[in-house]
Amino acid sequence: MDLLNALVVLANFVLIPATSYGAQLALGALGVTLIYGILRFSNFAHGDTMAFGAMVTILFTWLFQGWGISFGPLPTALLALPFGIAGTALLLLGTDRAVYRFYREQKAAPVILVIVSMGVMFIMNGLVRFIIGPDDQQFADGERFIITAREFKTMTGLDEALSIRTSQGITIVTAVIVVAFLFWFLNRTRTGKSMRAYSDNEDLALLSGINPERVVTITWLIVAALATIAGTLYGLDKSFKPFTYFQLLLPIFASAIVGGLGSPVGAIAGGFLIAYSEVMVTYAFRKVLDYLLPWYEPEGLVQLLSTDYKFAVSFSILVIVLLFKPTGLFKGKSV
Amino acid sequence: MKKLLMASAMTAVAASSAFSAAQAEEVKIGVIMGFTGPLEALTAEMGPAAELAIKEVSDSGKFLDGMTVVPVRGDSTCIDAGAATAAAERLITSDGIKGIVGAACSGVTGAILSNVAVPNGIVMISPSATSPGLSTVEDEGLFFRTSPSDARQGVVMTQVLLDQGIEEVAVSYVNNDYGKGLADAFEAAYTEAGGKVTINTAHEDLKADYSAEVGALAAAGGQRLVVAGYVDGGGSGIVRAALDSGAFDTFHFPDGMVSSQLEKNFGSEIDGSTGQHPGTDSPGVATFNDLVGDAFDPTSAFAPESYDAAALILLAMQAAGSVESADYAGKVMDVANAPGEKIYPGELAKALELLKAGTEIDYVGASAVELIGPGESAGNYREIAFEDGKLVTKGYR
Repeated sequence: MDLLNALVVLANFVLIPATSYGAQLALGALGVTLIYGILRFSNFAHGDTMAFGAMVTILFTWLFQGWGISFGPLPTALLALPFGIAGTALLLLGTDRAVYRFYREQKAAPVILVIVSMGVMFIMNGLVRFIIGPDDQQFADGERFIITAREFKTMTGLDEALSIRTSQGITIVTAVIVVAFLFWFLNRTRTGKSMRAYSDNEDLALLSGINPERVVTITWLIVAALATIAGTLYGLDKSFKPFTYFQLLLPIFASAIVGGLGSPVGAIAGGFLIAYSEVMVTYAFRKVLDYLLPWYEPEGLVQLLSTDYKFAVSFSILVIVLLFKPTGLFKGKSV
Repeated sequence: MKKLLMASAMTAVAASSAFSAAQAEEVKIGVIMGFTGPLEALTAEMGPAAELAIKEVSDSGKFLDGMTVVPVRGDSTCIDAGAATAAAERLITSDGIKGIVGAACSGVTGAILSNVAVPNGIVMISPSATSPGLSTVEDEGLFFRTSPSDARQGVVMTQVLLDQGIEEVAVSYVNNDYGKGLADAFEAAYTEAGGKVTINTAHEDLKADYSAEVGALAAAGGQRLVVAGYVDGGGSGIVRAALDSGAFDTFHFPDGMVSSQLEKNFGSEIDGSTGQHPGTDSPGVATFNDLVGDAFDPTSAFAPESYDAAALILLAMQAAGSVESADYAGKVMDVANAPGEKIYPGELAKALELLKAGTEIDYVGASAVELIGPGESAGNYREIAFEDGKLVTKGYR
């Protein structure tokens, strides 16, 4: 019984939140890693692309809610997601035409593109705040919980409770579907293969007749979809506020770099690694230990770091990986 | 060119003399509160309350031989000391205010006091800054508050909790002067009275996600979670995350959290929770409620204190026969405390007449003002509880 209680506490406060957070980070890191692999620069505007995608989705969600359309127990935002992706795709393709293509034709050094993407980041950041405002926005509807803490307690008779929010369930399911689809696309379809060829060796790819502009366009479309889905899921699970997406940039980049920039598998592994470390290092383990080791009565909370230092964890992991394994865990390109 | 310069100089002189002439019949009072930011739900009622007192005095025509009083608003943002200082500086230098009602939050109140009010010698009466640190601040006798220090609230909170048999609580406070001051005052009082604080930890305001903070609070455990935060900021986020994860079912809310916004945010999910905020059952409250009518919500936290803060400044001016801070600062305690004829809300005109005749008054006002020590309210608290999704009054302490 004690073992079960310990497991439930751990699942409630560590496993489930960290898994859904990891899925959101992984989706974000996939976008960053794709751009790095194919377009060859670190896209600092990615966090704000997520904010923009989530914003368009929210606007459509409100429209649908106004029309009385709902998705039953699921949030209406899922219905609005395709429209959000379309809007974000338009923005990204427009940005590419207006900004990035110029530098691509110049064969500009990656560091110049990084600085350019920072400029784009500030513009997108301003755009989002201008359209929807800097405040919190509520757009979640439908059932809030798959299982609530109280239901779980009466169902199992355990002392400890487990709750799973709908948004956490949706996040994990959606992430699995999206990742499976992305890997099928990259490994099985002709377009996907041409993208990988372009990423591995640009000159050889051009020689074998791959159209670079088409590869670039498709990359942006995929990135738009990934960013919008990641942004919307994060907004559903936590809350939508433009500034938090800007802060999300650090853990996302940490995930992509830890996994190995340019490696999609690495991005996913990195996302979960960062999420689990952030949550576990700042979690107070006293209750879990109380159940597991009843004879051991710790003085404090058995908490390694205060929750204020959450971002410091991603920073430390990032630094350690860059020092000892610059190509990341899954042999991406070195930074 | 010379003519043009002459002409514009002449206009400037004419304009400024007209300006000073207008000033002679009109005195401006600054109402500096966090009209935007984490306390905006409360200041929406506090601002109008202060302005109500100013209007009452101005309309009576009895203030310093018929001078009119005009409120000027400034936004202290509650959290940005730089913005608050700039707003106060602007009101003093360009609007020429003679007294400040505000600010609302403790941190910015301290900033305005030491950077603007003291250097310029302007009296400042805050209706809602409750940090214990402000009791000992260097104010040169210019700072007062119609709300009590949190050291007092910590003691009252301890009594409320212990009377219900709650002997173990976790505390989460917003990481600023108000939160830290209140949490520390509470922990000291509660531990001394035999209670146990399992964890006393900070949360940052306005984050997207508080599940990590709640994880630590849940690990420490406790019969109830004390949330010393802001209802429009992180406080509600903590409550939401605690409910979602099943970490705590009931909460205890100090003043920054007590608002009808809680009913809207959580409804019956927080049934059984308790709280307290400055308030009183003195006859002044009923009078104040009648006086306000539907203009704004007179029962909102700190609305009565705001009315009293503005009234005290004006009555002190009348008692001193001057609008200059140096003259009337010493009179604030005199008009607020006994002896004298008791003055309730809506009787400001009578008070002005009495003061003019040289009679002493004891301003009771809407919040039963009694200034003690360094010029802060002795404190009366309303104990509240949540029943069926509604905020109900349990009594007064």
